[in-house]
Amino acid sequence: MGGMLRGVWQYRGFVLSSIRNDMVSRFAQSKLGGLWVILNPLSQVLIYALILSNILAAKLPGIDNKYAYAIYLMSGLLAWTLFSELVSRCLTLFIDNGNLMKKMNFPRITLPSIVIGSCVLNNALLFMAMLVIFALLGHEFNAAMLWLIPLTFCVVTLGFGVGLLLGVFNVFMRDIGQVVPIVLQVMFWFTPIVYPLDIIPSQYRDLMSFNPLYPIIDGYHQVLVYGLSPQFESIAIVLAVSLFLVALGLFIFKRAGAEMMDVL
Amino acid sequence: MNLIDVNDVGKSFRTYRSEWQRIGRWFGLPTRPSEENWVLRHVSFTIQKGEAIGIIGQNGAGKSTLLKIITNTLQSTEGSVAVNGRVAAILELGMGFNPDLTGRQNVLHAAGLMGFSAEEIQNAMTDIEGFAEVGEYFEQPVRTYSSGMHVRLAFAIATAYRPEILIVDEALSVGDSYFQHKSFARIREFQEQGTTLLIVAHDRAAIQSVCNRAILLEGGLIVKDAKPEEVFDFYNALIAEKENAKVETVLLESGKVKTTSGTGEAEIQSVELVNQNNEPVEVVSIGERVTLIVSTKVAESLGSLVMGFCIKDRLGQIMYGTNTWHTKQVIEEPVVGGEFQFRIEFDANLGVGSYSIAIALHDRENHLSANYEWRDLALVFNVLNSGVHLFEGCNWLQPEIEVNAI
Repeated sequence: MGGMLRGVWQYRGFVLSSIRNDMVSRFAQSKLGGLWVILNPLSQVLIYALILSNILAAKLPGIDNKYAYAIYLMSGLLAWTLFSELVSRCLTLFIDNGNLMKKMNFPRITLPSIVIGSCVLNNALLFMAMLVIFALLGHEFNAAMLWLIPLTFCVVTLGFGVGLLLGVFNVFMRDIGQVVPIVLQVMFWFTPIVYPLDIIPSQYRDLMSFNPLYPIIDGYHQVLVYGLSPQFESIAIVLAVSLFLVALGLFIFKRAGAEMMDVL
Repeated sequence: MNLIDVNDVGKSFRTYRSEWQRIGRWFGLPTRPSEENWVLRHVSFTIQKGEAIGIIGQNGAGKSTLLKIITNTLQSTEGSVAVNGRVAAILELGMGFNPDLTGRQNVLHAAGLMGFSAEEIQNAMTDIEGFAEVGEYFEQPVRTYSSGMHVRLAFAIATAYRPEILIVDEALSVGDSYFQHKSFARIREFQEQGTTLLIVAHDRAAIQSVCNRAILLEGGLIVKDAKPEEVFDFYNALIAEKENAKVETVLLESGKVKTTSGTGEAEIQSVELVNQNNEPVEVVSIGERVTLIVSTKVAESLGSLVMGFCIKDRLGQIMYGTNTWHTKQVIEEPVVGGEFQFRIEFDANLGVGSYSIAIALHDRENHLSANYEWRDLALVFNVLNSGVHLFEGCNWLQPEIEVNAI
């Protein structure tokens, strides 16, 4: 662990420049550039809002803004895009950088660090764009939104823990790379992001407690939509599990390091 | 203390019946791999400061794997490697380049990947820009570069700081000859300042001109670790080795090693260098007309017989070489027991020094399909300057120099 942290610190210049380059190269030669980070999820919001708002709008209790559904959608998507981007980028991280890892001697841990940094940066940009839209829709900034900082930490821990484990396993079992996008899709619909929890029939609602994302997404909703504090207990459990996953992921990453090079 | 100490290193690539067994191993479960494929075994050598070592061998001999283990990107399965000094490894040029970034940004990025801080990189920036010679393209995205520019920039970054140990894996075979000269000049400069070199190359001339030691790998084992000239002669014989061929090495009085190989289907009876009076000579004056006489005998029935010869300097660099295939003098279907004499008459337009002649008997344009006999150091002679003006180099160009006042 200590060695990994030292490695990241020693290569901080490289990590930071990689995060910047990641931005630059993703949008090189595109006219709108960095705007795409924001436009992509926002267009998703627009699609869901147009298609589903008439069906669902009536069922969002406790808020009187007529754009309540759009705000609800955006809050959930803010958490979801961070989680899914982390998982899917960690998933192919080692395979994509196989040649680099075989030909250059540098601390491997810098690679996932770059992914975390770049995902968090993207998410921060998206959040700022959402704040502007919230304001346009008449939904003011409130102090409860500061809860987003610890909530983002929870999402990153969970996404990184899951992503790192899957990323290492994916090197040895490439099927994982095919399965995970499908599982992510299922998870997206199994989590109350585009719909409120209360449209799920009550006898199935308990199933939500098996979804580690639910407490976090619910926290985003509480904070962004209702201006309340999140539910601490369930989030604490998720955070504990996530931290365990990160520790397990780092342990396996360390153990598998040598063999990973043989297989790549 | 040795600079690099490679001790009984072995590398195997393991396959498991199920990947779950592999994962179980990380947690200490006693699972066994279903197959182990050893690509290196029992490799041991030490390297002292200032040595320059060439690693040669056929494809798949384990050269790159060995370099990766020394560089520490691959872990050895058994044995240990100890390295005392900063290693810069050029296993592939342009690693970590991002095509959408400009040359300057890529310098920052790629040098960061090598572990340098932004400040250190900025200090070396002018130097890198100068060496890369990409001009105004330095501020353009790398994807617009020609491959030559790409290689120059990559090499400039990789060698921006003098390392204690420089490891180069065939990276220098890319690029135009201008780049090759330039990169070799820089490597030599490092060498003079005390950098230890470890180079993989197929280019005999490159290794012989830079290295003072060579290691030949074959099938994952070290088969020879000696002076480059000797190792290359052995390697040459080895790649021509056929089922019933033998490779023989004899230590000569001069301390050099004479390597003979071949199937023996045709034999070299004698090799002689004579002057115009038909007297055998060991010392030749610059420009003197001499004749190389090679007598051969056909031992078994052959499709064709070609005699090749080459003259090498004391470092083993080839001064001149050709064979009777290229001169269209192939002997088709020689009778068994037939004897042939080849007479090669030429002017010894060589520089002062010691030269050796290697003779080969084979079937076609080279000795790879059938090598009847190959004899390195078949004959050694010296060239002396007894009449022409003093000059440097290995070629007597017989220049006519005019000096006019204007």
